[in-house]
Amino acid sequence: MTGYLLRRGGQALVVVIGLMIVTFIMIHLIPGSVARSVLGVRATPGRIAIFNSTYGLNEPLYRQFLTYLDQVAHGDFGTSYALQEPVSTLIAQRLPRDLVLVGLSTVLALVIALPLGIYQAAHRDRLDDHLLTGVSFTLYSMPDFFFGILLIAIFSVQLHVFPPEAPSATSLGGILADPRALVLPVVTLALVTMASYSRYMRSSAIEVLAQDYIRVARAKGLPERLILSRHVLRNSLLPVVTMVGLSFPNVIAGAVIAEEVFNYPGMGLLMYQASTSHDFPILLGCTLIIGVATVAGSLAADIAYAVLDPRVRYGRT
Amino acid sequence: MAVPEFARSRAGQAGLGLVVAIATFSFLGPLFYHTNQVTVQLALATLPPGPGHPLGTDASGYDVVGRLMLGGQSSLELGLAVAAATAIVGTLYGAIAGYLGGFIDAVMMRVVDTFLAIPSLVFLLIMVNLFTPNVPAIIALLTMLSWLATSRLVRGEVLTLRTREYVQAARVMGGGSPWIVYRHLVPNAVGVIVVNATFTIADAILTYAALSFLGLGLPPPHADWGTMLSNGLNYLFDGYWWVVYPPAVMLILTVVGFNLIGDAVRDSLDVRLRRR
Repeated sequence: MTGYLLRRGGQALVVVIGLMIVTFIMIHLIPGSVARSVLGVRATPGRIAIFNSTYGLNEPLYRQFLTYLDQVAHGDFGTSYALQEPVSTLIAQRLPRDLVLVGLSTVLALVIALPLGIYQAAHRDRLDDHLLTGVSFTLYSMPDFFFGILLIAIFSVQLHVFPPEAPSATSLGGILADPRALVLPVVTLALVTMASYSRYMRSSAIEVLAQDYIRVARAKGLPERLILSRHVLRNSLLPVVTMVGLSFPNVIAGAVIAEEVFNYPGMGLLMYQASTSHDFPILLGCTLIIGVATVAGSLAADIAYAVLDPRVRYGRT
Repeated sequence: MAVPEFARSRAGQAGLGLVVAIATFSFLGPLFYHTNQVTVQLALATLPPGPGHPLGTDASGYDVVGRLMLGGQSSLELGLAVAAATAIVGTLYGAIAGYLGGFIDAVMMRVVDTFLAIPSLVFLLIMVNLFTPNVPAIIALLTMLSWLATSRLVRGEVLTLRTREYVQAARVMGGGSPWIVYRHLVPNAVGVIVVNATFTIADAILTYAALSFLGLGLPPPHADWGTMLSNGLNYLFDGYWWVVYPPAVMLILTVVGFNLIGDAVRDSLDVRLRRR
């Protein structure tokens, strides 16, 4: 297990460095002068020269990259060109909001998807299974921005139950103090993710139900409720765990949309604005954080897999 | 074996029916239902559904039904183009990595991991700045996002295939690597590739819709469901429901249709596939 972890950790490190190189190159491909877009079209050549030398933009690309690596190694993500604030401060302000949004919606998605998938598997090919399959296919196929706006139209405009905007507080406590405002963004993201999780859970539970140990459990007279909650749930969780770890980038993409729809200033909106204003340090910092989280997510999924399934033993390959 | 299995799946039939109906509507519809989709007519803007305009007109005075047909053509073409490009690039990359194995495989797969770690929307946000949006560029961008999953699947498939006896027999008979990859490995991995391509069509249509919602889609003369939907949403609260729900319904039905087909084909091949 230790050897496996070391190897996977090494791979993860390579991927993170590769990620930084790719993002760095990609960002510098964006046409147009950074200085002009930050300082405006009327900037004098003198000020442009000062800007370029302040941020080291005259250096060759590989020097800029090495400088950046050195900064990051010291915990410094640079300063935003447009906002003139340290990127780490900006991310620290925004990250908690995304953690709340992504965390709550993932938990909600799982809380709905796991029982739903098992229920559908137990009622396989009956009318209610088909209906629920229809619902989850529709949710999965729904563009998330449309779903979010639809919820606003129903619950905010028509019924006045929930506010159409996400909480605007900056602190974690402030966000959680206004739970009603969180409902719509969380539900939007949760239901769209729930749809793919529950499909997975259903097919996984169907496979488990066909196993011999389920027949044994039934033969020894275990109530169906216990069979489903003890044997089926635990054994069919495995593929879903991997799925949750790997679906992280998709959830982030959904979060960008949810932030835009509900005007929730998280990292997604920060990156969106940075991409249109040539704010390289923000783009680099955010991609790095999300990339690391993605890599960590798939690593965590592998480890959780081993913990949940005693048959999986890594390291002896 | 796979075909009768697919024919028995009711979900697969429903999906196929949906897709055929939508394709017929989009491509053959304009032959029978003639509308002006070229000149903006503000005098006819946002007319409610009624005689002459079964689903009303949009903010530029275009007939919504006619627009849905036109938009369907580009949405379906976009999806198919991305799926085809994804299948080709992903298959070649995955097959080569899986077949060569060892160090080259490890390097090639770390490259895939790296690109997978870049959040897709961030990637698109950055890349869209590089081009004035046009159809080939959008197809290329969406392909760059989706070939990764395909290449992983194909690699996994090739890894198990290359140890089979018939592949070893081909090698003993003097078949070179390109020949073995092309003649034996790719045809046997074709099930995985087809299933993945079907899901790619659906995902490409959805991702493009998200892009146009973020204002990064194709500029006006171009019509597709994603653009229609995100433009239409501006008028939802004015009560112009007919510019919002019809493109949304078409989009959702199409994506559902392709997903149903993909699921049914996968079940009929009984291959264990991971779906992103």
